[in-house]
Amino acid sequence: MNRENSGYTIIYAAVMVILVALGLAFTHQVLNEKQTTNVNIDKMQQILRSLNINAKAAEAEAKYDELVKNAYLIDSHGNKVEGTEGITPNDPAFSTELGSEGAQGLPVYEAEVAGAPVYIIPMRGTGLWGAIWGYLAVEADGSTIYGSEFGHAGETPGLGAEIVTLAFRNQFTGKELFKEGEFRSIAVVKPGKSVANRDYVDGISGGTITSQGVDKMLLQSVGEYKSFLMNLQAAQ
Amino acid sequence: MALSSKTKAVLLGPLNKNNPVIVQVLGICSALAVTSKLEPSLVMAISVTIVVAFANVIISLLRKTIPNRIRIIVQLVVAAALVTIVSEVLKAFAYDVNKQLSVFVGLIVTNCILMGRLEAFALGNGPWPSFLDGIGNGLGYGWILIVVGFFRELLGSGTLMGHQVIPQAFYDAGYENNGLMMLAPMAILLVACIIWIHRANNKELQEETN
Repeated sequence: MNRENSGYTIIYAAVMVILVALGLAFTHQVLNEKQTTNVNIDKMQQILRSLNINAKAAEAEAKYDELVKNAYLIDSHGNKVEGTEGITPNDPAFSTELGSEGAQGLPVYEAEVAGAPVYIIPMRGTGLWGAIWGYLAVEADGSTIYGSEFGHAGETPGLGAEIVTLAFRNQFTGKELFKEGEFRSIAVVKPGKSVANRDYVDGISGGTITSQGVDKMLLQSVGEYKSFLMNLQAAQ
Repeated sequence: MALSSKTKAVLLGPLNKNNPVIVQVLGICSALAVTSKLEPSLVMAISVTIVVAFANVIISLLRKTIPNRIRIIVQLVVAAALVTIVSEVLKAFAYDVNKQLSVFVGLIVTNCILMGRLEAFALGNGPWPSFLDGIGNGLGYGWILIVVGFFRELLGSGTLMGHQVIPQAFYDAGYENNGLMMLAPMAILLVACIIWIHRANNKELQEETN
């Protein structure tokens, strides 16, 4: 068999690509269900972490079911969209990602911790190398932060990636999103610096772009929930 | 298990005198990128070893059929397919590890050592020596990563595998973590130090100066 023949080369390439494609498609099909379960459990763990609960993968689902009482989508006026309630992974509130096409609204998770309601809102932004995201748990007054959780696709280990650490996340607890009845978000500043008129936390040294990304994400993603949070304040 | 001297050279050579990182200076890119912490260095070392070993075996089995003109493409497809499978399996069975490695797993495809071994060794040798060659090169690459990761995490963060090892008393006495260690240039310097020590102990690797 002449290996340098063009016909052989073309057939070889075609067969190889088809076989590899079949192999990969098969692997994906077989593992897909398990991967989806992992992704859902991971999301539950993130939501729980925003409530300052560090659940292991095995117990995350039970803990999530216990604490999260309701979940729904809200429209741009901060009102609940009818028929979107439900906390399971198949319900719209759980399956809707921020910014996804054709979304009916923005997801909100309502949890109950020690008898008091806590509202968890997802966030999405960009860091230095890629996407960053997070969950912010807000108390019933619609302004005070109960807890926070951050994640990233590929920030620099030891620098930007430090936003996932407890030391960074804990700074948010007790901070207020609203000052003088106005949405001001929470600033992420260089350690040692401060800002007037709004609450702030220290960013990561050496992770400046990621810290700025978190700052921007808080302003934009949480800003979209402004009406919802104002409604909460009005209901107080 | 008794290994013939040739097999031994194939397996152990890359760990020392034929090391892909410090002698051939390959795979430097990922050696700088993933070594700011020990744990990603470790998982990267294991993943690269597995992928190089199996890619070597597959290419070695196919070596008599691969058309010469598209051999690099064939190697790339095999490597990319293996890396994708590793990534899918990690996603299904070790989701946390996969999350930590994120981009690094994908980066294995572009690792020069992988393509280098496929091109230089697997195309001309049988499956068993190719497998050993893959394991040897993976480990040769891995131990450098682990050494660099060890020092960068220890001196840069004061931790190892995420656990605090430098006692608080040191910090109270004025010790500070070296932030430079977190940046890629320090990895180059550390690799250079390893090369220095290695060359000093292996005179035959030293280049002639006029």
